[in-house]
Amino acid sequence: MLEIKNLHVKLEEEDKQILKGVNLTVEAGKVHAIMGPNGSGKSTLSYVLSGKDGYEVTEGSATLDGEELLDLEPEERAALGMFLAFQYPVEIPGVGNMTFLRTAVNAQRKARDEEELSASDFLKVVREKAKTLQIDAEMLKRPVNVGFSGGEKKRNEILQMAMLEPKMCILDETDSGLDVDAMKLVADGVNALRDEGRGFLVITHYQRLLDHIKPDVVHIMAAGRIVKTGGPELALEVENNGYANILAEVE
Amino acid sequence: MALPELKQSTTAARLAALSLPEGGCLEVARRAALSRVQSMGLPDRRDEYWKYTRPDTLTAVEAPRAAVLEAGEAPMFAEFDRLKVVFVDGVFDAEASDDLALEGVTIERLSDLRSKDIHWAKDLYGVLEARGQSPVERPLAALNTAFAEDGVVIHVTGSPSKPINLIYVHDSDSSDAILHHVVKVDSGAEATILENGPAASRFNKAMEIDIADGGTLHLVRAQGRDHERRAATHLFARLGSESVFKSFTLTVNGVLTRNEAIVEFTGDDAVAHVAGACVGDGDFHHDDTVFITHDAVNCESRQVFKKVLRNGATGVFQGKILVKPGAQKTDGYQISQSLLLDDDSQFLAKPELEIYADDVACSHGSTSGAIDEDGLFYLRSRGVPEGEATDLMTLAFLAEAVQEIDSDEIAAEVNERLHGWLSRRR
Ligand SMILES: Nc1ncnc2c1ncn2[C@@H]1O[C@H](COP(=O)(O)OP(=O)(O)O)[C@@H](O)[C@H]1O
Ligand SMILES: [Mg+2]
Repeated sequence: MLEIKNLHVKLEEEDKQILKGVNLTVEAGKVHAIMGPNGSGKSTLSYVLSGKDGYEVTEGSATLDGEELLDLEPEERAALGMFLAFQYPVEIPGVGNMTFLRTAVNAQRKARDEEELSASDFLKVVREKAKTLQIDAEMLKRPVNVGFSGGEKKRNEILQMAMLEPKMCILDETDSGLDVDAMKLVADGVNALRDEGRGFLVITHYQRLLDHIKPDVVHIMAAGRIVKTGGPELALEVENNGYANILAEVE
Repeated sequence: MALPELKQSTTAARLAALSLPEGGCLEVARRAALSRVQSMGLPDRRDEYWKYTRPDTLTAVEAPRAAVLEAGEAPMFAEFDRLKVVFVDGVFDAEASDDLALEGVTIERLSDLRSKDIHWAKDLYGVLEARGQSPVERPLAALNTAFAEDGVVIHVTGSPSKPINLIYVHDSDSSDAILHHVVKVDSGAEATILENGPAASRFNKAMEIDIADGGTLHLVRAQGRDHERRAATHLFARLGSESVFKSFTLTVNGVLTRNEAIVEFTGDDAVAHVAGACVGDGDFHHDDTVFITHDAVNCESRQVFKKVLRNGATGVFQGKILVKPGAQKTDGYQISQSLLLDDDSQFLAKPELEIYADDVACSHGSTSGAIDEDGLFYLRSRGVPEGEATDLMTLAFLAEAVQEIDSDEIAAEVNERLHGWLSRRR
């Protein structure tokens, strides 16, 4: 599904190489986790895949179901089924959360030549999905992420994911700053979406989340590269011993 | 003090081209206004108050031509239940207007006052304008008082069941219109006035508003979208105690707009909000000039102005809050912001506070910025195309001003129009 080959990325404004040859393949139906020290390039990888400005790809490719992503606009990638749950969800004062969701859903449907959802159908679906994430009507009315707590912002990301039903979901530290209950809600939200046709790339520091979302494959990223790949046991090793041992071993 | 020669000759030439309507109870006020113009002279670019906006096309003898826009859509407020008062190129059109009778309000043509020796409007016509000439001179308003032949005088005595909609149709590409309205709101009375349309190639409009104790007036206007039209408008409002005045102006296009609002609190515990949202492109020039005088206790004033500027458009804001000695517990708020969609556009702001009382809370802020890139990326990452995402962010930027409209129905109409115009421009 998602195939990243030898991806090299530098900052556009500065001569700073951040990704130095990332290779990674996420198959449909699988959950891959990426762990790694702060500053290793995990968020950069997720931004580059979703098309954020400010980065320059100097080498390599990234395809979704065979289509080159790196040539596309962010909205075109979204229409193909890419989704990023942001590490730091953006506040947009003046745009209602509901308007935001409906605009996004309908924009994607339009891009795929599908009929737009009617206001009442949309409302029905949103209410139902919001309820399972314990997002109340008040939160749907407020401007996007403005005045939301950390946990509310993350749950709002999952709501967007649930509404958009993307093929490839990247979650960037969606568990950071969540208490146990909120994390369980988020994990349940993710698990509800797991199916044969969908791939997940879950960036996290904690085994806690992976207890709920059982990954098939775990990667360790350091200094802009995937340095080690293994099964779920790799995450346990990080939890118990930190990154130092693993990094020393691959040196 | 004698006027500079150039100013004197410009003023003389302009005045020579106009004739003062004679007869009736307003003639004295007109003559007084004429002598005010003669002693002040019409504005020119050396005047400090016109530093950011060139007045020459507003004071020229002839109105520059302005093509009439084929809008291809229903006029604003067309779906509303309202009382229509139509002016075509600045002349009242009885055919197109509704019957002016409505419970709770009396509406008369200004020109009808030429045959009346006694009328309540005599106590207001040119009176609020004259008060507003100090401490800053507004010669175009005095010119208006002297020469306006048409307009309406509105006396709100109760709570009319529907808004009064003043509709300004632009029909001739060389029209030059001067309209003067007087609005008197009685104690405890409440009304909504809607204004829309470009009015003329060049439009000089003045509205004098007197709100008695406990009265309320909502004023929402949408200035026409004809690209080449020019307008200089003045709003003079005097507020009695516990009265409320809410004004919102929407401006999209127009090569030159100068909107002055002069508000004076004379009674305690009153509220005045003056807001505006504008969207301009290319040679668009839009100037909001506001002067609020607090001369009473515990009054609240709010100025909220938002401007979206692109392709070299210019926005101007000159806003002042004057708190006189004794005007304690004044709550004065002023914000002016521009969203610059490119590097060629500019926003010039001169916010001022002048405070002579010690127990007041006044704040002002002015900012100018580009669209928030992070917000834009966030929207696009969810599949919203760049143009649509930009529009959404633009509407969001304007929202704080649009929210100043109390009526949900009117606010929705404003938002819907804005959305349509923005998306068609792409
Ligand atoms: N826009 C940027 N400007 C400057 N430095 C950046 C930018 N984006 C990322 N970096 C740098 O790139 C490195 C990787 O960052 P990031 O991808 O956020 O790491 P992670 O998510 O793994 O913590 C860090 O050294 C970070 O400071
Ligand atoms: Mg990160």
